Amino acid sequence: MAQMIIDTANHIAGYAAKAARVKVVAAYPITPQTTVVEKIADFVENGEMDAEYIRVESEHSAMVACIGAAAAGVRTFTATSAHGLALMHEALHWASGSRLPIVMTVSNRAMGAPWSIWPDFSDSLSQRDTGWLQFYCADNQEVFDTIIQAYKLCEDERVFLPAMVCLEGFILSHTYMPVKIPDQEKIDNFLPPYKSGWMLDTNRPLSHSNLVSPEWYMEFRYMIQEAMENAKQLIPQIDREYGKHFGFEHGGLVEKYKCEDADLILLTMGTMGSEAKIAIDRLRKEGQKVGSVRVRVFRPFPIEEIEKLAENVQMFTAIDRHISFGMEGFLATEIKASIFNRKDHPLVAGFLAGLGGRDVTFETIEKIAKKSLKWMHDGKVERETEWVDLRK
Amino acid sequence: MVTIKELPKEEYLLKGHAACAGCGPAISLRLLFKALGNKVFLVVPACCTTVIQGPYPYTSFDVPLQNILFESTAAAASGIVAALRQRNLTDITVVGWAGDGGTVDIGIQALSGAAERETDFIYICYDNEAYGNTGMQRSGATPYGAWTTTTPSGKRERKKDMPLIMAAHRIPYVATACPSYPIDFINKLRKAKEIKGTKYIHILAPCPTGWRYDTGKTVEMGRLAVQTGLWALFEIEYGKFKLNPPSDRLIDKAKRKLVKEYFALQGRFRNLTEEDVDRMQKWVDDDWEKYRKLASNSTSDFASYGKI
Repeated sequence: MAQMIIDTANHIAGYAAKAARVKVVAAYPITPQTTVVEKIADFVENGEMDAEYIRVESEHSAMVACIGAAAAGVRTFTATSAHGLALMHEALHWASGSRLPIVMTVSNRAMGAPWSIWPDFSDSLSQRDTGWLQFYCADNQEVFDTIIQAYKLCEDERVFLPAMVCLEGFILSHTYMPVKIPDQEKIDNFLPPYKSGWMLDTNRPLSHSNLVSPEWYMEFRYMIQEAMENAKQLIPQIDREYGKHFGFEHGGLVEKYKCEDADLILLTMGTMGSEAKIAIDRLRKEGQKVGSVRVRVFRPFPIEEIEKLAENVQMFTAIDRHISFGMEGFLATEIKASIFNRKDHPLVAGFLAGLGGRDVTFETIEKIAKKSLKWMHDGKVERETEWVDLRK
Repeated sequence: MVTIKELPKEEYLLKGHAACAGCGPAISLRLLFKALGNKVFLVVPACCTTVIQGPYPYTSFDVPLQNILFESTAAAASGIVAALRQRNLTDITVVGWAGDGGTVDIGIQALSGAAERETDFIYICYDNEAYGNTGMQRSGATPYGAWTTTTPSGKRERKKDMPLIMAAHRIPYVATACPSYPIDFINKLRKAKEIKGTKYIHILAPCPTGWRYDTGKTVEMGRLAVQTGLWALFEIEYGKFKLNPPSDRLIDKAKRKLVKEYFALQGRFRNLTEEDVDRMQKWVDDDWEKYRKLASNSTSDFASYGKI
């Protein structure tokens, strides 16, 4: 029987690692990720989870230990936040370059200095170019489902890449919500035993990741890009298949809400997507033709989905929880890049909100939408990047 | 205990490897494989062995090799050991093989962590006393007075005593070795293979390219390091310290050659003053007083060393 439990997203991530029959977990504690690994420590010590939990001395070693374990032929899991993720940076490249299907949850937290323990996406978006798939979740059920889906995707021979499943610190990591945990037998049917493209083997004495000359390096990079494109095809398929088995779908690459006849589409990531839905409902009552799109997968970026949406809208508004300093919000850049080659492309505005954990409610989003609508009617975006609720 | 006649004929370091002529680490690798056979997973960080193994799509090692980040040898080994235990593969020896920079400097954190976690693997530091692969920059294992490209007038600090740092982790086995004494090295590897827990072996591996001596003199250079007492061959098994031949005969200062004989043969010590040499001779004599005490006072205590 499927089980309905009420728990935090961090604990739910632990349940998902157990349900995925992960064999090696290597992790180092950091706020707000800690309760993920505490849950796993409980599972391992009380025998509910048949896995090795390596209590490493740093996040860098956590990722490298996962690389070693995945190379030696088992399914691996880790979790981190903010500075822990930044410390892993070098090893993130090594994991994707080695084409190892490691899955990691990131309980998103703002980067210092100054110290902050509250959420934004400055940690995971800084790792955008490491060759990892990136999922952003809006609720605890999605966290569970995405971890299971991520293993299925990453271990597909057309992909063989690692994935990070991001959930905003405290907003999800420490918030209790009801979550349905499917039967183990059904999960086992959906997610077969660990598969990777290669493993250390004394019968095949190969040297893995040794020095590659300029004659070959580009081809290795091209293969990662190809795998990303393949993942883009597979993510919606796997999400649908998961939905058929377990009753939950999350929109594949993007979750659309009331976009069919929308003139203005708000684009968000993570929990701001849930708040946006409430804002949309209120604006619709006022007769405004607005919709929202929650970008669930940031890498690979759903360019085609955005292009398609661009056919019928007058304006996109990207709401970003992080800025690329000296430029603009990450999502705003990606939206612009996705539609640039279309003739008569819609306007794009960028709003920055919720940095360092500042609350973003449906009212905040409504305010953003109203300003956007004004610009849309004027036919001109007044400011490329607008900081919402900034103290002056 | 193996004898020279009983050494395996198999070669797992293959022809065509890319080491410099007279490379001490390459001799050590050949002996490593002879001692452990080919049921080995080798973990190698950025170091000379990154080059020695040869570039993609080739390898000069007849064992599977995981290349890994500079500071991460022991962390990668930790993951591999955990995975092998989950898979019930008990006949594979996991060996971390890292240079002195990757061990005593950038890799010391991961190594210390793995040792504290009692990770079941052999870690070997092949020490050529500088960052060789990047062209001989100073490391924490470079001895006092030695020229490197980042200490052009000679290093002004002493070499880190890594074997005793590892012994302080209370791991079951710590040993020093040198490829100039192959039987000693092989016996230590074979002993390490049978012990459960973290085993640390530190090899002094002479490097003609960096030490500035004739490529034909690598074995002689290692012997001199041992005969002068600059490098002592010992093992610390479950906390019990023991000097191994020929170092066990060198407690008497009169039996040790003078360190200046060793310095005179290497270009990297060209800038040593007489005062430097005297200072270093005294340090070696002090070290040997420490070894004498360790050898006479050391008692084995199985309860507090190694896997509990």
